[in-house]
Amino acid sequence: MTRLLTAIAAVTLTAPALHADEIRVLNWQGYGTDLEWAVEAYEEATGNTVVHEYFNSEQETLTKMRTNIGAYDVVLINSSFTPQVVAEGLLDPIDTSKLKNFSNLDPAFVGNAGLNGEGELYGVPWAWGMTSIAVSNADFDDMPTSLSVLWDPKWEGRVSIRDDAVEAVQIGALATGQNINDVQDLEAVRSKLTDLMPSISTYWGSENDWNQNMASGSFAAATYWSGSAARSIGKGLDITFVVPDEGAIGWLDGLSVPKDSANKDAAYSFIDWMIDPEFYVGWDKEGAPGSANTAATAALPDDSFNKAILKDPTLTTKVQFMQPLADEKREEFLKLWQDLKAAQ
Amino acid sequence: MSGGINIARTDKLRAFALLSPAYLWLTLAVFLPLSAMAFFSFLTEVPFGDAEWSVTLTNYSAFFESSTFSRLLLKSVMLGVKVTALCVLIGFPCAWVLAKMIKGRAREALFLMVILPFWSNSLVRIFSWAIVLRGNGVLDKFVNAIWPWDVKVNLLFSEWAIVIGLVHSYLPYVILTSYLALQAIDDSLIEAARSLGAKWWTILWRIVLPLSAPGLLAGAVLVFVPVVGSFMEPRILGGRMGTYYGTLIEDQFVAVFNWPLGAALSFILLAVVLIILAVASPILKRAQT
Repeated sequence: MTRLLTAIAAVTLTAPALHADEIRVLNWQGYGTDLEWAVEAYEEATGNTVVHEYFNSEQETLTKMRTNIGAYDVVLINSSFTPQVVAEGLLDPIDTSKLKNFSNLDPAFVGNAGLNGEGELYGVPWAWGMTSIAVSNADFDDMPTSLSVLWDPKWEGRVSIRDDAVEAVQIGALATGQNINDVQDLEAVRSKLTDLMPSISTYWGSENDWNQNMASGSFAAATYWSGSAARSIGKGLDITFVVPDEGAIGWLDGLSVPKDSANKDAAYSFIDWMIDPEFYVGWDKEGAPGSANTAATAALPDDSFNKAILKDPTLTTKVQFMQPLADEKREEFLKLWQDLKAAQ
Repeated sequence: MSGGINIARTDKLRAFALLSPAYLWLTLAVFLPLSAMAFFSFLTEVPFGDAEWSVTLTNYSAFFESSTFSRLLLKSVMLGVKVTALCVLIGFPCAWVLAKMIKGRAREALFLMVILPFWSNSLVRIFSWAIVLRGNGVLDKFVNAIWPWDVKVNLLFSEWAIVIGLVHSYLPYVILTSYLALQAIDDSLIEAARSLGAKWWTILWRIVLPLSAPGLLAGAVLVFVPVVGSFMEPRILGGRMGTYYGTLIEDQFVAVFNWPLGAALSFILLAVVLIILAVASPILKRAQT
C-alpha cells in the first residue's frame, strides 16, 4: 500500500492543476472502477471524490455522452466501439505522459486498432478477456492444443458452443484459419459449423448453464469465457481453460477521457490508479478480467487464474481482438446461425 | 306480454352490468397488449426512445422468403400433434378410471395427484425432468440398478425428452376435461348396451366416445395450442434438437431484439393455429354426432 500511496503522491505533486475535484465515471455497474475499497483509498490519497454513473448497453454510453456534454471525466469504452465514439468527436486523445503506469502496458494492447485512430490513442487499455475453450479435467489427460478438439468424434454429443450467432461464426472463422474481423469465406465457416452441429449436445446460454452442464458431464469440451472460467474454477469446477493454437476471440476495454471533461488531470490520476498493479492485485482476488498492465499481471500470486493463462508469452499475439461489426454482417451471421439451428 | 319483455330487458341489463367488469378486464388484459404487438409487427423498428421507424410489411414477407420459418412451424405443429395424441391416449383412460371405476376418498387422492403438477412452477418441473433424463441421471441410475446388463440411458437433448416434458405438463388438462364429460354419462346407458350384448369396444366407440367427445376435444385443443408455441421446454430439454418455432420467436424478443419480426411470426402462428382448428372443426363436429 505504501508503494501505491507514494505513487499517488507523486501524481499529485507532478500534476499542478490537481486539487480536490469530483471525478465522474461512466461504466458498467460492478466493473472495477466502483470497488468500494479502491475508491475509498483513492479518495483518501488524492482528496478527489469519485461519482459513478452506469450504463446498460454500449449504445447507452454513446447516447449519454452525446446528450450530457461535459458530464463525465472517465468513460469505459470497449475497443470495438471506440472508433464510433471517436468519429463523433466526443473523445480527447490520451496524453500518455500523465500516466505513470503507461510504460508497463502491453504494447499489443496499446497498439490495438480499435483504441487508436489517426495516429492517436483514444483509450487507455485496461481490462481484457477471451472467448476460447475449456475442457473437463476428468475427460482429458493431455490438454488439447487445437480447436479441432470440438470436432473430434471422440467427444461427439459432449461438445457445446454458446447460442450466439456472432460468436459461432467467429469460432468457425478461427477453425478455418480466418480473421474473425474480416471473414472472407463465409461458406467455409458454414460447412465447418455444419460439421460441428451433430457433436453438440446443447447450446449454452449463461455461465450458470455452462457450469451445470459441465458438472453433470453433459460437456467434455465447450467454448467459454476467460472471466467465467476463472469464477468456475474458483467455485471448484474441475476444468482447464485452453487457448488453442488457432487463437481465441478477445475483447479489450479502455478508459477514455471525454473531450469536454472539466477535470482532465483528475481523470488521468484516476485512470493511472485503475491501471496500477496494486489495484489489480486487489481486484483479482474478487474475480477480475485480465489486466493490460504486464507489471500488474506479474504482481499476481502464482496460483491466480489470470497469471496462469497469461504465462504463455505468445498469448496476446494469438488472440484476435474483436472489432466493430457492421449491421449487415451481423444480420448475415444471424441468418446463417438460425439456418444451422433450424436444420437440426 | 309487456311484463315478459320487461323482465327479459332487466335480465339483459343485469347480465350486462354483472359481466361488464369481466369483459372490461379481458379487453384491457388481452386485447391491448395483443394490439400493441399487432402494431409492432408492421413496423421497421420498435418505437422506443428516439428510434426511427416506419410502417412496413417486410416482417410478414420475411416468413415466406426463407424456408427456415415454415420448416420450423411444421416441426412445431408435428410436435403439437404428437404431444396431443399422447396426452389423449394416456389421459382418457385415466379419466375413465377416475370417473367410473373409483369412488370416494381414493378418487380424491388420485385427483390430487393429477392436479399436483399444476402447483409447482413449470420451470422447476422441466429442470427436474432434465435431472431425471440426463445420462448418469436418475433414470440412468435406476435402470442400471435393476437391469442386469449395462445400458446407457441418456434421453436428455432429444425429441423424446421434449415430448415427455410436455406430456407431463399438459396431461392434467385432458384428464380434467375428459373426466367432467365422462362423469356426465349415465351408467344405465352402458348397462343397457352391455345387456344387449355389446362388446367393450362397441360401447367405447358407439356410446362413450361420442358422448364424451366435447370434453375430450376441449382438452385436446387446450394441449395442442400452447404446445405448438412452446419454447421453454424445447430449449431446456431438447438441446441441439430443441429449435422450434416458439424458440425462434423467443430469440427475436430476447436475443436479437427484433421485436417486429417476433411479433409478425407470432401472428402467423396464431393464424395457422386458427386455420388448423377451423379445418378440424367440421370433422370434429361430425365425430360428435
